[in-house]
Amino acid sequence: MRLVQGKLGNILLLVVLCLLPFLSNNYWLDVATLALFYVVLAQGLNVVVGFAGLLDLGYAAFFAVGAYTTGILMTVYHWSFWLTLPVAMVFAAIVGVIVGAPTLRLRSDYLAIVTLGFGEIIRILAINLTITGSASGIYGIPRPSIGSYVLSGQMDFYYLILLVAVLAVLAVRRLGTSRLGRAWMYIREDEDAAEAMGINRINMKLLAYSIGAVIGSMAGSIFAVKMSAIAPLSFSFTQSIMILLAVVLGGLGSIPGVVLGAVLVIVLPELLRSVEDWRYLIFGAALVAMMLFRPQGLWPARYVTSPKQGRKGDKADVSFDVEKYNA
Amino acid sequence: MDILVQTLADGLVIGAFYSLIALGYTMVFGIIKLLNFAHGDLYMLGAFVGYTLLSILNGNGSGAGLMGIVIVLLLTMAIVGVIGMGIERVAYRPLLLAPRLSILITALGVSLFLENGSMIAWGAQYQVYPLQLSHDGWNVLGAQITYTQMGLVLIAALLMLGLHLFISRTLYGKAMRAIALDQTACHLMGINVHKVIGLTFFIGASLAAGAGTMAGAYYGTVNFMMGFIIGLKAFTAAVLGGIGSIPGAMLGGLLLGMMETAGTFVFGGSWKDVVAFSLLILILVLKPTGIMGEKVTERM
Repeated sequence: MRLVQGKLGNILLLVVLCLLPFLSNNYWLDVATLALFYVVLAQGLNVVVGFAGLLDLGYAAFFAVGAYTTGILMTVYHWSFWLTLPVAMVFAAIVGVIVGAPTLRLRSDYLAIVTLGFGEIIRILAINLTITGSASGIYGIPRPSIGSYVLSGQMDFYYLILLVAVLAVLAVRRLGTSRLGRAWMYIREDEDAAEAMGINRINMKLLAYSIGAVIGSMAGSIFAVKMSAIAPLSFSFTQSIMILLAVVLGGLGSIPGVVLGAVLVIVLPELLRSVEDWRYLIFGAALVAMMLFRPQGLWPARYVTSPKQGRKGDKADVSFDVEKYNA
Repeated sequence: MDILVQTLADGLVIGAFYSLIALGYTMVFGIIKLLNFAHGDLYMLGAFVGYTLLSILNGNGSGAGLMGIVIVLLLTMAIVGVIGMGIERVAYRPLLLAPRLSILITALGVSLFLENGSMIAWGAQYQVYPLQLSHDGWNVLGAQITYTQMGLVLIAALLMLGLHLFISRTLYGKAMRAIALDQTACHLMGINVHKVIGLTFFIGASLAAGAGTMAGAYYGTVNFMMGFIIGLKAFTAAVLGGIGSIPGAMLGGLLLGMMETAGTFVFGGSWKDVVAFSLLILILVLKPTGIMGEKVTERM
């Protein structure tokens, strides 16, 4: 019964999201679009940090890889947008393996610093290479089209990113409850024990890192066509931190939590416009306070092995659905 | 020949700054196995506190003498050292037993807080350091080596020597080395572990702050984001020398400084950060223990 209620809630939310363009003005529609971008990015990072417990501080680099791959292929080589998507994803996965392979065998703190350096390298490359348009970036990225219909308006991109966000949430959720997801969580909780249980530590970490990279690059590709212009400034360290903040604020490894976190990270600054300078100071303090007083996040992940163990009113995040299993 | 000597001399100065910052990274890592992301921002804080103190000193237009500069340097080191201790007390100590991810994220939050706090306190634009250092110097084999450069390297060397003596000759230094080996056993032996960890943070922060003040004077301008890249590079230096090893940090900093100056000369200024980070990734692939690091068997 409770599961049905949860499903009902989700369906209601989806209906509201689908009707949103008709309910709000352009400004808030833009904010909602940005929030959905963050939902996708944060879910991607959630796989890396939330599930596998690998602190990635250069996640915006993958966002950049996707955006630049799409941007370059569309402006220089006149590819269709839909063809650039898989290419960008494959490219991001390769980059993820290149960065991850040497560092994932070491202590995970090293990964944090190396990803930070890697994020900077990507940004410096984007600024200095001519193919990425130097500091001014790439502009005049064409609009994608489906058949003869050209996606151009705010609403079209809103629906596009909404679709991708829903897919990302579903995919990450399925991943979390899968055998893979369990392996990641064991690694997060106790690497040595996981290894003793026959989990290939390094491969699993690499997989988590690459899946995160692929999701990030997907968001980047769509970002490129939505904005039709990209510049290195959009892929700074601050961007990585904001995405991480969304994950931490919502709750590491919690699907609904991370969605909530992403929305908060985008909507709160809109409401804090008056104290522009203080924003990041508040964010920094929020990160510390979160870790000290509520490390599990605002909407913590629940690990319920069977519906019976869940407390009243819980929505099992990682639940084993007996009814579906027996059907 | 003259280019080589010039590169060596310039690299030595930058390297001395890196070494001083890398020491804090390495000490904190050695004692509680934490990579303190906020460490680079303590360097920035040192630059700004020094800036403010010098402005006060110069307020009557007399200009600071050499004595004044030394006093400002020591004062800055003390102030930022206390701030570093405070950070450890408030943000890190409650999380010593928490999962490692939590403490890393906390360090990141502290870093954001310090950067933007400085931005609000001192403004977002570059501030000009209220100190003119002389550009006179010696001509060595066709290269220009200024007295300032020599002075800065000398101060850095003295600080490092002091640290080395402190760690190898005093009771507290012994306690630090002991805690790095086995924290629980030290607890049982009656060492006040928290006090020693606090002291470690004090020393690390004050060394970074000293580097910050000197760098501010050397480059002439300071900015609230100056600690970010330097923090990354000092970490690279610490890893290059072998994280957890004090002589390693000193050596790594000097080496990185030289490499970077050479890299700037070969590839141009805009690529110098890429040189450092690529080097970091290379070291981690080839020899993660660095030059002087012991083999780390402990995993997490």
